[in-house]
Amino acid sequence: MTELEIWSYSIVGLTFAIYIGIAIWSRAASTSEFYVAGGGVHPVANGMATAADWMSAASFISMAGMIAFGGYGGSVFLMGWTGGYVLLALLLAPYLRKFGKFTVPEFIGDRYYANGARVVAVICLILASVTYVIGQMTGIGVAFSRFLGVSYEIGIFVGMGIVAIYAILGGMKGITYTQIAQYVVLIFAYTIPAIFISLNLTGNPIPQLGLGGTHVGSGMSLLDRLDQVVTDLGFKQYTTQVMGSTLNMFVYTLSLMIGTAGLPHVIIRFFTVPRVRDARYSAGWALVFIAILYTTAPAVGAMARLNLMDTIQIGPVGEETGNLVYDERPDWFKRWETTGLLKFQDWNQDGRIQYYSDGGLGEARMKLADAKAKNAGVETAEQAVAKAETAHSATKFAKFGWQGNEMVTVNNDIMVLANPEIAGLPNWVIALVVAGGLAAALSTAAGLLLAISSAISHDLLKGVFMPQITEKNELLAGRLSMIGAILLAGYLGLNPPGFAAGTVAIAFGLAASSIFPVLMLGIFAKRMNKQGAIAGMIAGITVTLLYVFQHKGILFIKGTEFLMPELGMGTNWFFGITPEAFGAVGALANFLVAGLVSALTAPPPEHIQHLVEDVRIPRGAGAAVGHYIGLSRA
Amino acid sequence: MTPDKRADYWRANLRYLTVLLIVWFVVSYGFGILLVEPLNAIHLGGYPLGFWFAQQGSIYIFVALIFIYAALMNRLDHQFDVGEE
Repeated sequence: MTELEIWSYSIVGLTFAIYIGIAIWSRAASTSEFYVAGGGVHPVANGMATAADWMSAASFISMAGMIAFGGYGGSVFLMGWTGGYVLLALLLAPYLRKFGKFTVPEFIGDRYYANGARVVAVICLILASVTYVIGQMTGIGVAFSRFLGVSYEIGIFVGMGIVAIYAILGGMKGITYTQIAQYVVLIFAYTIPAIFISLNLTGNPIPQLGLGGTHVGSGMSLLDRLDQVVTDLGFKQYTTQVMGSTLNMFVYTLSLMIGTAGLPHVIIRFFTVPRVRDARYSAGWALVFIAILYTTAPAVGAMARLNLMDTIQIGPVGEETGNLVYDERPDWFKRWETTGLLKFQDWNQDGRIQYYSDGGLGEARMKLADAKAKNAGVETAEQAVAKAETAHSATKFAKFGWQGNEMVTVNNDIMVLANPEIAGLPNWVIALVVAGGLAAALSTAAGLLLAISSAISHDLLKGVFMPQITEKNELLAGRLSMIGAILLAGYLGLNPPGFAAGTVAIAFGLAASSIFPVLMLGIFAKRMNKQGAIAGMIAGITVTLLYVFQHKGILFIKGTEFLMPELGMGTNWFFGITPEAFGAVGALANFLVAGLVSALTAPPPEHIQHLVEDVRIPRGAGAAVGHYIGLSRA
Repeated sequence: MTPDKRADYWRANLRYLTVLLIVWFVVSYGFGILLVEPLNAIHLGGYPLGFWFAQQGSIYIFVALIFIYAALMNRLDHQFDVGEE
């Protein structure tokens, strides 16, 4: 066993022992503890748990990688996943807390006085949450494959097993306390390497300042230096590179923000605080704890990119000795090659690595090799290679004797995990990052599974179809539905629709287009009735799902995307908006349809209008349960 | 509580919401996305300003907005005597 392996196993093992210990110690005995931790968690503690719940594999593992390769375009994740808390704190949390129920569909069912509304909400919630769990599984697969030195697929199976044991045991009470521990692990794991790297590159230990600081090697500002390094190799300028278009960035950010405010596993969190005023502050504390990671992430992304480029391009661009010799590649490079998430292909047979923007030549060559192996579509692939070669021969890179980008796979999702290795940090830091990534993925997966299981056992069974169910059976049904969700997510995680952050973004789009509008209208529009709400939710999620499935395959199954090319609806056909960003359009459809249908049908009954009046005033908020069973205060 | 006072309380709340959400929109969608190019001409240390708003500044302001709202609403609850306890 190498030193790194010893560190990895000890740190990951120790943190897992802590989580499982806490889960057992605070095991849920009642439905109230299982769903909302008995409603007695302090706002700061709740904020920390919310932060861990919230910051998933997408935030921890994937986001900095998206920023590293997306540059300024990666800002959509930074703003989108934080700005939603403002909406949540101002528009939803205090009122939902006042309302005082277990679950989001329960609010929708009561406010819109219809089980139909509740069932539609449950379906939307499950679609969004399961998609989200797929994103977590992708992240868990990456983390475990690296940690155990196995393939991505085996990594996913191991992850599924651990998530299952862990989420099923706990319930909300266990999850809340475990998540506080997980927050501590993940925030140290994220910031410690960032501090080291910032110190190395800029001499400033605070990454947020280091990113705006001066690069030690060149004397230029770090961002200018990065812009120069990437543009020299043909990549887009880091600080100005947009994601798609300005319009796409706008709707993408909007979609993530309103998705944040519509995701049930986050909203549930605000049912666990004692009072309405605590719900307001709790969202603020959650965002403080989230912001620590989110303001560090841009530094991690930019610095990881710079380190990666500098590792491979060791000298001036164009000189033979400017490129790293493949046989002299560092150990981290070899380790990631075994996972298949990093791949090298020596196109010009010079034994050195050329990593640059080649206009798609390397990719076309890979596709050709693939086509030849499958013996299908070889001719088209050959034409594509010929076309890319012609374009490439006109570039300066061709004159250097380069024949295509040789880093044929650099998976975005490996950047954070590989970052400390690339920067040459000590082994214990690398091990800590793995533990942090797992903490992030597990805590969110657990929170989501809880939201899914409560939707099925509490909303569908107890609320609609089997009102006589005993508390014990309700808990059993909840745990069984968790297992079902894990199996489904694991299966789809083997063929994920994109990187962890991209998949998660789709989940947000689904929540944005279905849940958020009806919650907001339920509080701010007294006139909104059940017909409007049901029609709105169906319209919103249908529009979003159709666009997403059309791009990513029906139910994310590969080979079913773009089934009807004759309709002329190609990639991003709707104003260049990507499917990940489409939730904002769905939400708009939801608002419009809800408003229109509601205006054409009868207003809600008197008692519902009183209910809305009552929700707007904090006084008289009871516990989220009505009855405290085995309450323990944090 | 009279319906009139109720309505006053709610109107005051909506006024806070409007102002704070305008700030929320301006720092992120305004400075971070729509106006990013002109703002990038200005520098904040090594940061182009628009880039800073998109990747740092907007997040700090979001945090501040939530605490400001919570404080304003606590005061309002007290004024109208609608708080808990």
